[in-house]
Amino acid sequence: MRVETEAELAETIAAAGAPLRIRGGGTRDVGRSVDGEVLETGGLTGISLYEPGALTMVAGAGTPLAEIEAALAAEGQRLAFEPGDWRGLLGTEGVSTIGGVVAANASGPRRIQAGACRDFMLGVRFVDGMGQVVKNGGRVMKNVTGYDLVKLLCGSWGTLGVLTEVSFKVLPKAEATGVLRCDGLDDATAVTVLSRALGSPWEVTGAAHLQKGPEGAPVTMIRLEGLQDSVTYRCEALRQRLADIGDFTVETDPERAAVDWVHVRDVGPFQGRAGDVWRVSVTPGAAPDLVARIAGAEALYDWGGGLIWLLLPEGQGAEAIRGAVAETGGHATLFRASKARRQQGAVFPPQPEPLARIEAGLRAKFDPRGVLNPGLMG
Amino acid sequence: MDMPIPRPERLARKAELAAALRRHLPQEAVIDTPAQLRAYECDALAAYRCPPMLAVLPSTTEEVAQILRLCHEMDVPVVPRGAGTSLAGGSLPTADSVILGVARMNAVLEADYANRVVRVQSGRTNLSVTGAVEEEGFFYAPDPSSQLACAIAGNIAMNSGGAHCLKYGVTTNNLLGVTLVMMDGTICEIGGAHLDAGGLDLLGVICGSEGQLGVVTEATLRILPKPEGARPMLLAFDSNEVAGACVSDIIKAGILPVAIEFMDRPCIQACEDFAHAGYPDCEALLIVEVEGSEAEIADQLGRIAAIARRHDPLELREARDAEEAGRIWLGRKSAFGAMGQINDYMCLDGTIPVTELPHVLKRIGEMSVEYGLRVANVFHAGDGNMHPLILYNANTPGELETCEAFGAEILKLCVEVGGCLTGEHGVGIEKRDLMWHQYGAADMEAQMAVKDVFDPAWLLNPAKVFPLDASDGRRAVLAAAE
Repeated sequence: MRVETEAELAETIAAAGAPLRIRGGGTRDVGRSVDGEVLETGGLTGISLYEPGALTMVAGAGTPLAEIEAALAAEGQRLAFEPGDWRGLLGTEGVSTIGGVVAANASGPRRIQAGACRDFMLGVRFVDGMGQVVKNGGRVMKNVTGYDLVKLLCGSWGTLGVLTEVSFKVLPKAEATGVLRCDGLDDATAVTVLSRALGSPWEVTGAAHLQKGPEGAPVTMIRLEGLQDSVTYRCEALRQRLADIGDFTVETDPERAAVDWVHVRDVGPFQGRAGDVWRVSVTPGAAPDLVARIAGAEALYDWGGGLIWLLLPEGQGAEAIRGAVAETGGHATLFRASKARRQQGAVFPPQPEPLARIEAGLRAKFDPRGVLNPGLMG
Repeated sequence: MDMPIPRPERLARKAELAAALRRHLPQEAVIDTPAQLRAYECDALAAYRCPPMLAVLPSTTEEVAQILRLCHEMDVPVVPRGAGTSLAGGSLPTADSVILGVARMNAVLEADYANRVVRVQSGRTNLSVTGAVEEEGFFYAPDPSSQLACAIAGNIAMNSGGAHCLKYGVTTNNLLGVTLVMMDGTICEIGGAHLDAGGLDLLGVICGSEGQLGVVTEATLRILPKPEGARPMLLAFDSNEVAGACVSDIIKAGILPVAIEFMDRPCIQACEDFAHAGYPDCEALLIVEVEGSEAEIADQLGRIAAIARRHDPLELREARDAEEAGRIWLGRKSAFGAMGQINDYMCLDGTIPVTELPHVLKRIGEMSVEYGLRVANVFHAGDGNMHPLILYNANTPGELETCEAFGAEILKLCVEVGGCLTGEHGVGIEKRDLMWHQYGAADMEAQMAVKDVFDPAWLLNPAKVFPLDASDGRRAVLAAAE
């Protein structure tokens, strides 16, 4: 089933007698698979408003991400939260849509400085599980009128409502980019370096450590963005500040920098390799110890260590990961695994009480009949 | 402003509730004398006052849980209060309610510089969060005008912003975790020092829920390294339109200042008379602030000046030192005080798309003539968050009502041009009845459904945010069920 308008979507959901699998572009196949008829929202397309001088855009949820990024690039702007392309990692095909990005709260390396997808969302229109059209927020940058359902919907994976339109804040593209790179650091040293960089006044916009870089050896990368002279100055200042721990080189070629950060953003090191992929969100300082406790895991640290991507042989490590996270705080999601595996155990982190009760309560209100991606988030 | 009629059965249980609370709290933490309760009869929306039945000042999360549990059992509404600086009446009590003030809970629980977070009790004031971490070179970014006095609890309740949120975001973008006590006394830990939610983004909906979903007792906040330096530039123009166009051009050029503040002629004059900041004689004035090292500041201000020159500014003044920077900010920072000297005033908070600035300012000027009340505009231009200040005289019969009617028209105009009723102050009681202009029945129902989940009995700050005719059903059903 494919809908072309919001009204059609509302009618379809109101009339649904059984669970629906909500599908934007089909590129973000995460979570328990849902038994149900596929409902495609890719027809709800189009940028309805773009005001570069106000840093805002409004678009249909089915609008391809590429179309949005192209429109922004033409005005020297961008989605600052750097949404990833997960097709390579998840082995999916299709065209990523902005609605899918929002439903997944997909946020890349720049999350540590600019914010996550949820931080840029200004307004949503969605159809709830009863088929009612609801709007929340708007298209202005500051808005505290009523409850913020925009954030609640962002990252709810289509389980509370099906997005039809999103409005969001955009930012100017940086004039220049510089990347500091150091090879061969161990995890603990790398995270210490990243923390020190993030604690500097130079506004680091990317801080990652790959256990296996492109040449197979560990690589630690720090990104700075801004006006040309500023980036030059900041790269050198930061290089000196980190000199006692590591010998950093400075990369200023924009093409190379872009490729390297797409590699981090899209979890490049794990693409095309067999095994389960876990996404773990923790306090950066706790990350290296946590990784050390997971036997057989390969790690990619983003967000200064606060986001860990782990690759493990299929079926291994679930208990160790969940156990470690229970001690450090944070959460772990089985981000990529076979459909069968995803049906067996928890994919999203099981919520403790009373949060589980609150979540169940919210689902009962927004989707009382359980027709919107039921069970996807566990 | 209508408020629900106090229920006699609640008022009758005042002594019983006070005694029960005193069994769990230190004696002086329970306030029940009329003289002392007067201190809690209003917040910064001082036109509306009503002493609560009781006030309690807990010191711990467990005490908050006890208070809420008791009030829940006895069906008594609770109005949470931070520092009482709400401009929207967010902590205005009803006569049959208990004020729960978190002012005593002001400790810093943990400052973690390596991970760039601080955990505080929610009664701590905004500025003193920065005070606790600045020696290590960090600061807490959201900076509402009342930051010296306002509490983090209130900042979270209203999702407060400030002058510098163009770059750093508002409270919700800097909040990572809370300890929240629900109305039935259940204590929830939501979020933490990590950067995102494992399940639904409950933190996102709690921030800005105006104390209606639970009482936040502790918060984990993101702290940022202080920039090397900051410097403002003052730009004067002979029309609001030109100043508005300049703002838009600065943003389009790819420069993101930390703040772009806008003042119109009535505001400039009032500030000048009050603070003698040395502002030029002009129709509109911008204060643009940038951050970085000396060279970076010079680079950015040079680019901004070049853009401004294309708009024929009457004056372009770059601060050469800290003293000059201070003088540029002096007038802006004393704007509210200056207005208070002239008259009583009502401060609005609508947000509009930046591109609508000239049109909206022109309409406000016309309405000012129609209503016969003066209005001065001072606001965060970079993000379109306006603060029209309507001057009125509270001693002239009917003038408050005229002022409110004028204010309502301005806010409706904000919604009409694609904006919203409130950008950072919150709905409270002030904009409650205007909510129908922004939201339809299904939109409102979806929001109230969230409150149903957290507070099914609608006892937490129940008469706020939603128009009484929208929430009546819920409160009436519950009354009938008793």
